[in-house]
Amino acid sequence: MATGTHTSEPSPASDDVTDAPAERGSGLRARWLHAMQPWRAANRMARGFVITGMIISLLFLAMAIFADSIAPYEQDQYRIQTGVDEDGEPEYGDEQVPRREAPSAAHPFGTTSARFDVLSRVIHGARIAIAVIVVSTVIAMGVGVPLGLFSGYHGGRVDRVLVFLMDALYAFPPLVLAIIIAAVLAQYMSPGVPTAATAVGATYIPQYFRVIRNHTLSVKEETFVEAARSLGASPRTVIGRYVFFNVVQSVPVIFTLNAADGVLTLAALGFLGLGIDYPAAEWGLDVSRAITDVVSGFWWTALFPGLAITLLVVGLTLVGEGLNDIVNPLLRTHAFEGSVDKENA
Amino acid sequence: MARGEPGGSGLRRYLLTRLALAPLFLLTLLTAVFVLVRVMPGDPVVASLGGRATPDRIERAQQALGLDDPILVQYGRYLLDVLRGDLGDPLTDPRSVTQIVADRFPATVELTVFALIVAITLGVLVGAFAARRRDTVFDVGGRLLGIVVYAAPVFWTGILAQLLFANRLGILPTGNRLSARIVADAPTGFYLLDGIITLNGELFVDALEHLILPGVTLGLLIGGVFIRMVRVNMLQTLRSDYVESARARGISERRVLFQHAFRNALIPIITIMGLQAALLLGGAILTETTFSWPGLGSALVDFVNARDYAALQGIVTFFALVVFAISLLIDILNGVVDPRVRY
Repeated sequence: MATGTHTSEPSPASDDVTDAPAERGSGLRARWLHAMQPWRAANRMARGFVITGMIISLLFLAMAIFADSIAPYEQDQYRIQTGVDEDGEPEYGDEQVPRREAPSAAHPFGTTSARFDVLSRVIHGARIAIAVIVVSTVIAMGVGVPLGLFSGYHGGRVDRVLVFLMDALYAFPPLVLAIIIAAVLAQYMSPGVPTAATAVGATYIPQYFRVIRNHTLSVKEETFVEAARSLGASPRTVIGRYVFFNVVQSVPVIFTLNAADGVLTLAALGFLGLGIDYPAAEWGLDVSRAITDVVSGFWWTALFPGLAITLLVVGLTLVGEGLNDIVNPLLRTHAFEGSVDKENA
Repeated sequence: MARGEPGGSGLRRYLLTRLALAPLFLLTLLTAVFVLVRVMPGDPVVASLGGRATPDRIERAQQALGLDDPILVQYGRYLLDVLRGDLGDPLTDPRSVTQIVADRFPATVELTVFALIVAITLGVLVGAFAARRRDTVFDVGGRLLGIVVYAAPVFWTGILAQLLFANRLGILPTGNRLSARIVADAPTGFYLLDGIITLNGELFVDALEHLILPGVTLGLLIGGVFIRMVRVNMLQTLRSDYVESARARGISERRVLFQHAFRNALIPIITIMGLQAALLLGGAILTETTFSWPGLGSALVDFVNARDYAALQGIVTFFALVVFAISLLIDILNGVVDPRVRY
């Protein structure tokens, strides 16, 4: 175990492994150490990616949760607040937020032509982006994971049909799928987070399905599953208790990579005017409204929302790529060292 | 197989299996499109004409589209129409969808091919370099470049590129495929190609100038994915036994890299290109909208905004046909190039 080389890493599990057996009594700790083993075996770049990505992603999460207290203005506030009335509601005077003001101390990211504060809209945009990620992931996982488990475990004709259908959907441009679904939903629901999240989430069902199904196929041949089955466990128990917990391990990697894609798809929908309606602070929507500004030379209304999209996607992708390096043994640096003579066997 | 003919019969069997599955795949794609566009929404005619038309007019439009027939009849008619090359008629445009596709598809192809060239160049150069210098600063830099370039939304980089190169520096044109002053004699609709065929240098240069900004913008997006894929493939190839043995024979690292590893590492790129076709089409929609590029993607967006679901269905059907053709092509190419695929 090459733990000695990474002692500088602030990992909670970076203490010496050898004391794990001594503390067998605390089963949780032993399990934790076991679960963290790939992390310790991974190289520095992978861990650096995960940590940097985590920091960026958590920053956006904090922005989303505390948007109301962090943002200096409301997302659609165009008048200066003068005080608070007796009910705690804000009071506004006649003075308006300046229109199209370049970044300054009062408005670090400038203001839009509708007198909105760009910084506040970027902060509130995190809330919509995170909300859509969460809801769309619930939708994609909620459909993709059970279908994948079912299809992989039972096999047969249902499996073949499902695989074929999912492959067809997977081959299809996700953005086109999202556009169709958003356009269709527009007839039933008013635009907002649920509409956008359904459109985004539906496009990721095939990915969850594929990974879970393929993983299930291999796990169900394992001895412990065989044992459970021969002891007379019902398929439901076998899937729910034995297969599921082995298969869910692949979910975090898909999640981070899909979440990154999801942010981009949401922004694209917003840019095309689908899913979310103005004046909701959606980054893609803000970029599309900034096109006219750019033509007349106002760069700040387009720059900052786009920067936010890029940064959040980079953060999520770093986590996903790093996790992928760690989970996928083929890419591990240490894995192959000293195994050159395997041909001699 | 038993005849021990490693190349021929295996390949033939592989191709036959693929071709036999092809109609089924196409049927699944078309069914998915039909279900998504047709069964889910209320009524395309009401959605499109809405409050603007009399009930009488709506009824006539519905009859013209066959919307009062049972859904299975509509489905059968849809499949037959597609097979005959009829993609339906828009409610908001006098031309047929097939005609619109013929007018606009060359623009999309020109854009995506240019973008693909940019992406492959970027992906192979940066990806191979990062893999060669594994775990060094260059590797981290190459990977980060790949991630950032993919993460930046195309429409945003597109707008910033227009701001910088068109508005501030004024060195490149923006919007549309040609300047208004150019009267093009365009037999193929691919303006670069037309410029060469008709020996019209002005047309060629003008078309190229218009193509650079949208093409590079879209190419960067796909290039990000290519960097990642090339790097991973190179890493796996560089560690394989035959590369080890080439090194052991004392062949220089440069030759090992370029003559032994490189070609094999590039085989999976063909598959990736196939998978990226979907991303490319999606990216083209955004790029075309950003740069007012008159391709199919911007047509799709226009029809969505007009709530013209008949046209939407036709164009999406065409996208499905493109996806189908590309995946079939990639399967065949893969079988020919990579013997392992044939098993």
